[in-house]
Amino acid sequence: MKVFCNGQEQELTPGARVTDCLNTLGLDPLSVVVECDGKILTREEYASHELQDGSVLELIRFVGGG
Amino acid sequence: MFTVPEFSTLQAAIGRATEAEVLRALNSDHPGLDGLAALLSPAAEPHLGAMAKRSGIITSQRFGRTIQVYAPLYLSSFCANRCAYCGFSAVNTIERRVLTFEEAESEAMILHQRGFSHLLLVSGEAPAKLGVDYLEEMALRLRGRFAALSIEVQPLSIEEYARLFRAGITSVAVYQETYDRDMYQQVHLGGPKADFDYRLESPARVAAAGMREVGIGALLGLSDWRAEGLALGLHLAWLRKHYWRTGLTVSFPRLRPAQGEFKPLQPVSERNLSQMIFALRMFDPDVGLYLSTREEGRYRDGMIGLGPTRYSAGSCTAPGGYGQESAGAEQFEVGDNRSLAEVSAAIQKKGFDPVRKDWDAVFQVQGDRQQAA
Amino acid sequence: MLTIAGRKFRSRLFGGTGKFSSPEVMKEALEASGCEMVTVALRRIDLNNPADDIMSVLDRDRYLFLPNTSGARDAAEAIRLARLARASGGGEWLKLEVTPDPRTLLPDPIETLKATEELVKEGFKVLPYMNADPILALRLQDAGAVAVMPLGSPIGTNQGVLTRFQVEIIISQAQVPVIVDAGLGAPSHVAEAMEMGADAVLVNTAIAVAGDPVRMARAFAMAVEAGRIAYEAGLGAVSKDAAASSPEDGLGFLR
Repeated sequence: MKVFCNGQEQELTPGARVTDCLNTLGLDPLSVVVECDGKILTREEYASHELQDGSVLELIRFVGGG
Repeated sequence: MFTVPEFSTLQAAIGRATEAEVLRALNSDHPGLDGLAALLSPAAEPHLGAMAKRSGIITSQRFGRTIQVYAPLYLSSFCANRCAYCGFSAVNTIERRVLTFEEAESEAMILHQRGFSHLLLVSGEAPAKLGVDYLEEMALRLRGRFAALSIEVQPLSIEEYARLFRAGITSVAVYQETYDRDMYQQVHLGGPKADFDYRLESPARVAAAGMREVGIGALLGLSDWRAEGLALGLHLAWLRKHYWRTGLTVSFPRLRPAQGEFKPLQPVSERNLSQMIFALRMFDPDVGLYLSTREEGRYRDGMIGLGPTRYSAGSCTAPGGYGQESAGAEQFEVGDNRSLAEVSAAIQKKGFDPVRKDWDAVFQVQGDRQQAA
Repeated sequence: MLTIAGRKFRSRLFGGTGKFSSPEVMKEALEASGCEMVTVALRRIDLNNPADDIMSVLDRDRYLFLPNTSGARDAAEAIRLARLARASGGGEWLKLEVTPDPRTLLPDPIETLKATEELVKEGFKVLPYMNADPILALRLQDAGAVAVMPLGSPIGTNQGVLTRFQVEIIISQAQVPVIVDAGLGAPSHVAEAMEMGADAVLVNTAIAVAGDPVRMARAFAMAVEAGRIAYEAGLGAVSKDAAASSPEDGLGFLR
């Protein structure tokens, strides 16, 4: 199935969870904030939330800023 | 809640002040409470001229070359309190009077015809004779003809102040008389006014109720005027912080030896009064300062431009006194008997504008007669 | 000791983490500054460069991270960023920045007030970045902001406390700590802000783009301390025209 991560298309196996997606991308779940289809997920939900075909993910982290 | 330190603490702070601190305060835009204490202290007395100059500059920057004029309207001389210094004390055998609505309106119209647009409604504390209903009715009757209506009556609750605001009262004066708790108990011998703390908390209630302005003050001569000045500064600072939208004024009623039977326990001279006014002007550039007709014409004329911003004129402190020659007992003896026309002329002679109307009720959203019931 | 929302800070200098040439320089400079709270921003991860995690060099035990909502152009965007920041484990602390004009990066007062009201209700400790408008500062405090952050001059302009007059008013009226933020370009600027009575300052650009950020950070730290000590020690008065021994002209009426 296809999901969108930060605007880019990503291929994932059906039933994949957020953690699977993060692993594929080489991201440490502890340093990432995930918004799925407009809803902010808690860390616990990364392992439980099942992604759908066409899900839109925003992957955010802290960066330098004033 | 506003609390005031022990009077002796205030006196000590003032007593410690040095001339160096006075000079610093004179040269500072924000003298602060330390500066106020210094400006009130004996060390500041040689610098009265500089204080007058500085006070005058600040006053003209904030208020322009104007003095706002108003008249008191005494509604009732009934009072349950036994204040040692007051002509209306419950223990005094005087003719007591409370004006009917018609009588009060008639008195008000006399003042209106004389040219006043700001009235201060005054009464003793006797809710059965004159309570919030009465004041509300008076406000509704008068607000169409006067730009601003203030009251100086017994302390009320927030709800009562809010009710009066909706009816058309725009400001409330409630003077602590003295911030010296011990002295307060000595001169307020009975009646509800004996409660020091309830009175102290009253200005905050006035502000919380949404009144545009609250007036504070001390009756000078009851206790150490310097410490009263510092307490007033503390009270002003607290009100500014907690009710920043509310306008503030200070009044300086001074007990004079020649008037009445109560002798001031700590006489306050004209120099002292001026020093206090200048100090508070420097401490709080935006506070309105009242100089009433207790003071003589010569003194009031001299002080124009040096700090005070509000003058009463042609005042009568007996209920019904504007319409009748012999209207009964006065609250205090007036020092400046001149009419509004005469006081206005004196103000103009000094190059200032006597302002009769500074606020218009039409700008204030107020309740209707029906809603106010 | 400075206290904001119940938390104590020994240092009155707060740092920003943006614009540094490298994470290592940022780390060393912030250490040299002695600051205990640093702002961080929130951005989409660059998926082509997933390991680039600048914040991993900073010790979360040493620094309180203050997420900002930079990039937000209105209250709705700021609120969304705030919720994302909290979800990332950033705690409830938030520097609210709503800057619709990308040229000047000046804060929108109306959106900032709206967002503050909403975020306070959601339990955030809001530190709003604002133009030095004294009435706005009062409104933000009434709305529950735990501090106010008036700008000295626009972000990155290094012009110092151009808003001196207004900042003085804000300081005199404030019931919460006042942190002068933005435009502080030199140690003398922060000393000036502290001498005025500011509770703290936030500096980012001036340290990050200095020739030697580590030494510059140290200079700023010293200036903050100097300014604060001067303020507490009671600065001497600047002379006004009221000469102390004026004659009593005009007081002849007194009896």
